[in-house]
Amino acid sequence: MIEPLVFELSRCARRGYDYPSCDVPQVDVPVALKRMKAAALPELSELDVVRHFSRLSNRTFGVDYGVYPLGSCTMKYNPKINEKTASLEAFTHIHPLQDSDTVQGALKLMYRLLEALSTVTGMSWGSLQPSAGAHGEYTGLKIIKAYHLANNQGHRNRVIVPVSAHGTNPASAALNGFEIVEVATDERGLIDLTSLDALLDDRIAAIMLTNPNTLGLFERDIVLIANKVHQAGGLLYYDGANLNAIMGMARPKDMGFDVVHLNLHKTFSTPHGGGGPGAGPVLVSKPLVPYLPKPDIVCVDGTYRFDWDSSLSIGKVAGFWGNFLVLVRAYTYIVRMGLHGLREASRHAVLNANYLLAKLEDLLDHPYGNFCMHEFVLSAQSLKDETGVSALDIAKGLLDCNYHPPTIYFPLIVHEAMMFEPTESESMENLDILADTLRMLIQTARTDVAVLKRAPEHTVIGRVDEVLAAKSPVLRYVRKETTEG
Amino acid sequence: MIPYLPHTEAERDRMLQAIKVASVDELFDDIPQDVRADAALFVQKGLSEAETLSHVVELAKLNRALIPFLGMGSYDRIIPAAVASLSSLPAFVTAYTPYQPEISQGLLQAIFEYQTMMCELTGMDVSNASLYDGWSAAAEAASMMLASKRKSSTVLVSDTVHPFMIEVLQTWAKGTDVLIRIIKTTGGSFTITSLEGTLQDSVAGLIVQNPNRYGIVEDYSSLSELLHQNGCQLAISSDPVSLALYKSQAEWGADIAFGDTQPLGLPISFGGPSCGYLAVRKEMMRKMPGRIVGQSVDNRGNRAFVLTLQAREQHIKRERATSNICSNQALAALTTTIHLSLIGWEGLAEAARQSIAKAKYLADALTSIGGMELAWKQPYWCEFTLRFSSRELMERMLDNLKQSGILGGVRLACLTGNPDDNNLLVVAVTEKRSKAELDAYIEIARRSAL
Repeated sequence: MIEPLVFELSRCARRGYDYPSCDVPQVDVPVALKRMKAAALPELSELDVVRHFSRLSNRTFGVDYGVYPLGSCTMKYNPKINEKTASLEAFTHIHPLQDSDTVQGALKLMYRLLEALSTVTGMSWGSLQPSAGAHGEYTGLKIIKAYHLANNQGHRNRVIVPVSAHGTNPASAALNGFEIVEVATDERGLIDLTSLDALLDDRIAAIMLTNPNTLGLFERDIVLIANKVHQAGGLLYYDGANLNAIMGMARPKDMGFDVVHLNLHKTFSTPHGGGGPGAGPVLVSKPLVPYLPKPDIVCVDGTYRFDWDSSLSIGKVAGFWGNFLVLVRAYTYIVRMGLHGLREASRHAVLNANYLLAKLEDLLDHPYGNFCMHEFVLSAQSLKDETGVSALDIAKGLLDCNYHPPTIYFPLIVHEAMMFEPTESESMENLDILADTLRMLIQTARTDVAVLKRAPEHTVIGRVDEVLAAKSPVLRYVRKETTEG
Repeated sequence: MIPYLPHTEAERDRMLQAIKVASVDELFDDIPQDVRADAALFVQKGLSEAETLSHVVELAKLNRALIPFLGMGSYDRIIPAAVASLSSLPAFVTAYTPYQPEISQGLLQAIFEYQTMMCELTGMDVSNASLYDGWSAAAEAASMMLASKRKSSTVLVSDTVHPFMIEVLQTWAKGTDVLIRIIKTTGGSFTITSLEGTLQDSVAGLIVQNPNRYGIVEDYSSLSELLHQNGCQLAISSDPVSLALYKSQAEWGADIAFGDTQPLGLPISFGGPSCGYLAVRKEMMRKMPGRIVGQSVDNRGNRAFVLTLQAREQHIKRERATSNICSNQALAALTTTIHLSLIGWEGLAEAARQSIAKAKYLADALTSIGGMELAWKQPYWCEFTLRFSSRELMERMLDNLKQSGILGGVRLACLTGNPDDNNLLVVAVTEKRSKAELDAYIEIARRSAL
């Protein structure tokens, strides 16, 4: 069943909302500045709109509907209390440019959130301004660049990223004018130290790592790597995408990192919202604090205010102060969990991942490591060689069983990769049923390939022709009958 | 008990058995001892849900939600009740980026509808699925212009755009080969003559904002022609509500339209989340940053929506991507789509008309008091800039207003740091401000000027 587009539901002159009548005289717009062509927005009743978007919601899968083991994305439960605090009028009805004496609660919340994030990461201070993880990477690398420039190291124009890194890492580095050099992964699935040594010279600005890495393995040599990079004059950037593995267990600062970004929409339970808004705070070690974005939040004698004075600051990276309501949610989560609870969350995330791994290990190849941290990567290569069924087919089969599939075809160094991250939110029986489902699908691959090649069959649509979408792009609705003039 | 962790003691034991380890600690054996966190730092227990709520409510009480005549990028507008109930539907809130189209059709279709609405409002051909905010959208616009002209390195920016837009652009350019050149204007608005002598070969294009930082509606007659003749592009940032009354970016001949959809259904929320929009001419489609949803068909022959043109994006192209953006502001874009679906074109125009009428009512009354006048005699929309005869008067009036629960305006100098702006106050009036509120403002201003 197709849900019509909101434009197709439109009926001429129907209204969905009424404004109060205007109680002051109307004003004319100067002709030279006046818009000539009306925009064709839909005309619907309120109920039309309510039903349309309710139906669209029914055609969307979220964490609230079922298991979402999407690796690298930390699709943990988004507690409802977070939504409640984020909708308090005293947060939603304050303007970003109000005098600071009228927004002490907001500033105090942001300050305390930064304190908590500093404790979790071990870093000295940070900025809540970046709107998402990639925005945090951009900001962190900008800080690194500014630091090098201020220390007469402006010639350092290279950033090292592992071949297994998230795509945003090289993209963020390139955006800051850095040249990207890749460091190999060794047979353990960890940074290849020989490959790293060969890259370390006075052109190196930084290395970007996530730890645990995208294979779900902890980089055991991290202290050695940090020493090597620091000795070469480079800095260490921590991509916080995988922080959910190690809260309270290990801190990026203690590992030798200088700059960290966090994804509040992953580790700190704020909802993903179908792709955002998230929040990507950046935290840094002491020498880098002066380079943080403006404004800083300071507390003087119990009063909070913005401080714009830092002359070394990289400046602003976003319009106002960050995705504030996302910050409210993350703060609520931290208060609710306590630092002890955050540690427990990580311990259970790792427990869950290892439990699921133990249940799946005999079904698919597990190319790297024995245990894992909060996520693990399996390969469907042998299965594909044997049956022709790919990681994509298994993923589509899972859709028919009411699961969101794992991340597939990432990291790029594993063929037919399937990356599972169950998070701490799932119970043992949920993981048991997921494992049973995968076992059943893999049996199906051996007995009836066609079923999986056709999958999904029970979803509102079947597999989409993505080539057609990219070759002949249709990116907006155009009314069929023209009613111009 | 730790909230949100479902495991019972017995289950934990069974799980450990299945993994064949004795304790959870063993799973962390790969972490070297010398980087283990001090467990003593992580002993603080959490609060119950009820206590958490009280704690956060106490913090919230330290804020004062007043009647804002503040704008400058964040506008307190009327939002239909249905917007919040629909945008908070759990599937929309708790979904990830719609990589699996078969179980994300609702979200994908809503984004497709959003893209269509942004095209309609701006008059442009294609829109992406959203950016972080209107200011980061400026950086993406600059980036697209530079990518569209070989060997270009400079982007011109009018000094009448929002001060934060200039700051975000300067941060973006810092440490790279890009030069952001600020075009000086006089008289409160950008005019084509300000461009004299600036259009060198290295210039990729110009960024302007309409209505501008002072609330003035700028006239771009012949501007796009001049820029195009010189191989440059034009990017215009606009408050989307203003597009109901004033010429759209396409009508001014822009190549890139961008801005922030905050005024379309998003509460002011201390500045975020808002939602950056970006729409361009067809020829620039493949240079766009971020997610884009396209229409296709499924294997059953049905219309289907899917993320498309992904070859531009970081997860495929890595360092050669058009942008590093991954997460955007999807839920905020959805909120805007719901808002526009409810109010329609007529509602949008009504909100805009009432806003400018109320702004004029207030401005006329305030400028008749004495001691404050319009900073420039230029057409303004629902936001206008007052020049006070003295800073003392401005501060006295703002203080008096605040005591009556009214935020009187934005001190421009606080944003620009420019002493020339010391006596300037930017006042925004939306359809949400009642006549009684306007009259209260006027009365207090009158009293303050005595």
